[in-house]
Amino acid sequence: MSVVPNPSPSNPPPRQTETAAGRLSPVTALSLAQKLQRQFEGLISEPTEFRAEFSLQISNLQRISEICSFAKTELGFDYLVDMTSLDHYGEDPRFTLVYHLYGYGHLQYVRLKGEVSEETAEVPTVTGVWRTADWHEREIYDLMGIRFKGHPDLRRIIMWEGYPYFPLRKDFPLSGRPSEMPEVAFTQQAPLAGGPFVTIAGGKDTISREPRVRIPDTDAIEMNSRLERRRDIKGAHGEARAPGPIQPKKERA
Amino acid sequence: MQTQTEIGYNSKVEGDVVVTRVDAALNWFRKNSLWPMPMGLACCAIELMAAGASRFDISRFGAEVMRFSPRQSDVMIVAGTVTYKMALAVKRIYEQMAEPKWVIAMGACASTGGMYRSYAVLQGVDRILPVDVYVAGCPPRPEALLDALIKLQNKVAKEPILSMLKKVA
Repeated sequence: MSVVPNPSPSNPPPRQTETAAGRLSPVTALSLAQKLQRQFEGLISEPTEFRAEFSLQISNLQRISEICSFAKTELGFDYLVDMTSLDHYGEDPRFTLVYHLYGYGHLQYVRLKGEVSEETAEVPTVTGVWRTADWHEREIYDLMGIRFKGHPDLRRIIMWEGYPYFPLRKDFPLSGRPSEMPEVAFTQQAPLAGGPFVTIAGGKDTISREPRVRIPDTDAIEMNSRLERRRDIKGAHGEARAPGPIQPKKERA
Repeated sequence: MQTQTEIGYNSKVEGDVVVTRVDAALNWFRKNSLWPMPMGLACCAIELMAAGASRFDISRFGAEVMRFSPRQSDVMIVAGTVTYKMALAVKRIYEQMAEPKWVIAMGACASTGGMYRSYAVLQGVDRILPVDVYVAGCPPRPEALLDALIKLQNKVAKEPILSMLKKVA
């Protein structure tokens, strides 16, 4: 009796499929990646492995739709799992686009990476290959500012049309920037001052322990945050709705 | 034979008559029938639904009639994260509500932006609406919302309606 190892979900057993030669051979992610690389010799690098998954570097993304079309029709990558983008701020080329491909026939993944410079920031769309790329590309356009040539409907998908920034770029602050689109939306800078979670241990009440705004090098942390809040409310709703002056806290008996 | 209609105190109807101020009566009507506008924007809305369901039963306090039309509601319960994309829509819905109207900011996000100190989230709905009651919690339990409702009822009960009407007129 032989012991058959259980196939793990992350590493499924290779499937037997018919090849052109009529023989049965296992389809592995590596063999698929190599086939893709051989088809586009000189355009695609040797596959690199990380934890049994393979990535291919594409030197020129202008031919990405051709590559993807081949991967889908000839290699069975019928599912575009995700598209992501990276911002290497300060380097050139600045952006990396990553395409995560999967095939329901052979259950293998492969990852395609290519670089995009800030000057062009434009890549041909792959919506003609996988329709699901429509929203992925819109999201990348919205948050990273990379445009997709030939996209049927390249609008922002999360932020509103007319929002002036690309918020996932590294030079965009987490707290945001003020902007104004009358009748549509506005943004203000969020108070971060040292981090998204500003807490001061040992404060005497919640307002001083977890202020909205922390102003370093002053002992008026608590007062400033409370004053700012009152100013905001007064500014938004007028004098009548504004809270009264800050009263000193009563000492606990 | 009685020829004269009796005007004034009549001991025969004593017990069927309650004497009160108009202010107090109107406020009593208002506070026990606060119809909420459920502005459910995130997970707090799940707790809001729980508060409306049988276990916590917000109808015990006369606020079970969740109105999905702002024209028919009295109190907007902002339950969840108000993003900048949603902010003006929330404000518009508030403006469509008929006076008198009140606002409960339910949970950390609606009160201060909560854990979202980010470019996308309004840092407290009080930056666009006048909030009457803030509810702490992430999300607050239904009891906390009921407590907020009772606090709002106490506030409504003290409103000097007539003197406010005189000021308007």
